[in-house]
Amino acid sequence: MKSLAELQAIREKMRDKVVLREDSGEIRVVVGMATCGIAAGARPVLNTFVEEVNSHGLNNKVTVSQTGCIGICQFEPVVEVYEAGKEKVTYVRMTPEKAKEVVEKHLKSGKIIAEYTITNDRLIGG
Amino acid sequence: MKELSLNILDVAENSVKAKATLTEILLEETEDTLTLEIRDNGTGMDEKTVKSVTDPFYTTRTTRKVGMGVPLLKLAAEQTDGSFSVESSVGEENHGTTVTAVFNKNHLDFTPLGDVVSSITTLVQGHPDTDFYFSHRKGENEVTLDTRELREVLGDVPLNSYEVIKWIEEYLKEQYSSDF
Ligand SMILES: Nc1ncnc2c1ncn2[C@@H]1O[C@H](COP(=O)(O)OP(=O)(O)OP(=O)(O)O)[C@@H](O)[C@H]1O
Ligand code: FES
Repeated sequence: MKSLAELQAIREKMRDKVVLREDSGEIRVVVGMATCGIAAGARPVLNTFVEEVNSHGLNNKVTVSQTGCIGICQFEPVVEVYEAGKEKVTYVRMTPEKAKEVVEKHLKSGKIIAEYTITNDRLIGG
Repeated sequence: MKELSLNILDVAENSVKAKATLTEILLEETEDTLTLEIRDNGTGMDEKTVKSVTDPFYTTRTTRKVGMGVPLLKLAAEQTDGSFSVESSVGEENHGTTVTAVFNKNHLDFTPLGDVVSSITTLVQGHPDTDFYFSHRKGENEVTLDTRELREVLGDVPLNSYEVIKWIEEYLKEQYSSDF
């Protein structure tokens, strides 16, 4: 059984890491979690980002957070990627599979996946 | 919504948005009914706002006119011949909101609860600085989580640390598999 003692152990283990995390977050991933986003499948998309960012060891570089309305319901689930000194990238109609790819290619290796972004979606007409 | 747990996530987000420091999500099941209560100590709403909040053409947000979260939960309850109510107070001391929805589980149009554990971890992940109390009771059995207790043990370790979120997920899953 999980116990609070285990949390205590997590605390001990994290003591050094927390300090590291303060000046981290070069990349911010924001998932739209308004009603329309949740209905369209934002919850598994968010959870996939949390999982994959961790499994690729990117926790110190990437923070995953949630926001409400992004204003483009028809493109939900929507994910925005902010990086200092770069233009915001907006991924649309996200799925857990696409989220995995975004972590692998964009967050890890710096290659934006153009075909999942909003500009591209508009051109094709979705 | 495909699962009630998604409505829960959505409506609990309103509590956080209303600056609640504690949001309680209470589920209680009998043979035939499921009662959901989402209770917060946020800013609350005045009478007029409460009345209009269940109407899909009401929202205080300006970017888009239609708030759908509360109306969708209301619909989900009413389509099972259940009931729905919102109580709120904007008082100095006792401000806050309680949303109550009762479902008939055996009704054809009952939406299954779905992955409620995922909704709870998602709430904590997104709002590590506010507290959540979760309880799901069925007869003698109860699954609970109180982030105030976790916070006490964790000190300055944020609740949205990966390890903590995973711990919460497993903690809840274990309770469900042994007690339910
Ligand atoms: N717990 C609460 N405390 C205070 N105000 C609330 C609460 N719940 C809802 N409200 C008010 O009612 C409005 C409508 O809520 P609703 O969930 O229907 O839609 P929304 O959150 O505005 O938008 P969306 O549908 O995109 O999530 C909110 O914007 C808020 O002003
Ligand atoms: S309500 Fe859908 S993006 Fe705003």
